[in-house]
Amino acid sequence: MKGFEDLLDDFENALLKIDRINAASIFRGFTQESKEFHPVEQLVVGSLDRIGEKWELGTVSLAQVYMSGRICEELIDEYLPKAKVNRKDSPRIAIALLIDRHALGKKIVTSLLRAAGYEVADFGDGLTPERIVEKTIESRIEILLISTLMYVSALKVEELRGQFDREGYRVKIIVGGAPFRLDEGLWERVGADAGSRTASDVFDLLEYLGDGKGVS
Amino acid sequence: MSRQPMTSMERVMTAITHKEPDRVPLFLLLSLYGAKELGMTVEEYFNKAENVVAAQRAMREKYQNDCYYTFFYASIETEAFGSESFFVENGPPNAGVPILDTIEDVFHLEPPEISESPGLKRVLRATEMLKERVGNEVPIIGVAMSPFSLPVMQIGFEKYLEMIYFRKEAFDRLMKVNEAFCVAWANAQLAAGATAICYFDPLASPTVIEKEVYMRTGNVVAKRTIAKIRGATATHLASGLTLPVVHEIAQTGTAVLGFGSADDPVALKKEAEGRVCLIGNLNGLEMVHWTREQARQTVKTVIEQCGKGGGFILSDGHGEVPWQVSEETLLAVSEAVRLYGTYPLK
Repeated sequence: MKGFEDLLDDFENALLKIDRINAASIFRGFTQESKEFHPVEQLVVGSLDRIGEKWELGTVSLAQVYMSGRICEELIDEYLPKAKVNRKDSPRIAIALLIDRHALGKKIVTSLLRAAGYEVADFGDGLTPERIVEKTIESRIEILLISTLMYVSALKVEELRGQFDREGYRVKIIVGGAPFRLDEGLWERVGADAGSRTASDVFDLLEYLGDGKGVS
Repeated sequence: MSRQPMTSMERVMTAITHKEPDRVPLFLLLSLYGAKELGMTVEEYFNKAENVVAAQRAMREKYQNDCYYTFFYASIETEAFGSESFFVENGPPNAGVPILDTIEDVFHLEPPEISESPGLKRVLRATEMLKERVGNEVPIIGVAMSPFSLPVMQIGFEKYLEMIYFRKEAFDRLMKVNEAFCVAWANAQLAAGATAICYFDPLASPTVIEKEVYMRTGNVVAKRTIAKIRGATATHLASGLTLPVVHEIAQTGTAVLGFGSADDPVALKKEAEGRVCLIGNLNGLEMVHWTREQARQTVKTVIEQCGKGGGFILSDGHGEVPWQVSEETLLAVSEAVRLYGTYPLK
């Protein structure tokens, strides 16, 4: 019988080959054996984490990161209701694309988080700081993930933070996207609480900023 | 006895043929930066070809640049297909809602006529005006988005990836339309006076699409398209990793290859030597915060790494200098290339 590490390798390979059928077969075989969510999360998050690390090293592509996240999200969406596992006790998380309209990065992060069992509200694309502040307060969001593609949009995070401060609303802001990869100190200069270099970095940052609340 | 300085055209052509010119050519790829130069909004600036011509000339004078750059903004091409661009302050416009709503819509798409697009006509007008003024002394660099990378704006990244992996028929159809458009657009710019075309292909980078998939898709498209462009091309991956695909891109027939700050310049120079001229790789976002000394040191280092034997043009690594970079930094870069880039290199 295969050990967990072998299974993780097989699942990761199926994801990297964008082989939906094989990935689903490995996943379903594993979830039939496991009655708890935690090992399932380890399989999914473990594989996506490895893929994220390989992207950082330049050995896998953004397309593979995205497609892997999508496949896992589909599998988890199918699994959670059947297994009667709730997404609960996680901080209230939302994601938004500030100003920009090309949402691949946002969709990767959303897929990864949903695949790991988190509830994530998607506020949409091309949003102004005013609109994001309005939606965040209305939904009582605790952790706000901001994705940007253009440098000029990344600079708008400073305005967003200023508006939250004026409203007296405390929210943790995690930023991600190309400008923050190319300029490593940028997240701090625009007043975010953290910057995520890769999509899977967001798991550690949520643990850190969200007082360790996760999926139970 | 000092040599007679070359014209910008001589300098660039010498470097491209892998020989040492009088100094390393400098391509500050200044596009919307022209609006800052003229004190206009970005939208107002790109609305008249005359603005672009005036700014390009003033900036070349100021920074001793070795090219004119007639790139307006990327979504000007999708405007020709019927979509909108959204202008923002101090940055490039964003492409609006993709023109293709579903993958099936690809089967009804036709290449637009260049002559019916006001935006593309402004680019051609700017190219003609620059050519009338400079003749053959300064290269004029036009831009065409590659057929393989344009769909990100036409249909959105997610649906395009579905097409690449699972919908070959739809992908092939879209490439047919885009190849016809790209060739017509590049050749129109060359006919208007452009010296070479920058073939922007960010999806060719393994940072974005894995090499194996690129080789059976974008690389094949690039070979077909570049063969029909009636002039030299420079392929640019807009900051994506270049090293793993340097040979494959050189085989598409392109003469120049752009690289960013994430690449290893020494390894890349070794792989590119005699095959393809390199252009890069200053990090535009880091340039926003550079001191004069950082500018000098960075330019010095990359020239030491890539300048020997020619085959190198100094530029930013993305294909556009951000608005937020100061004039002082650009002047420091320009000064450093003359100080450290004069051949024979010290």
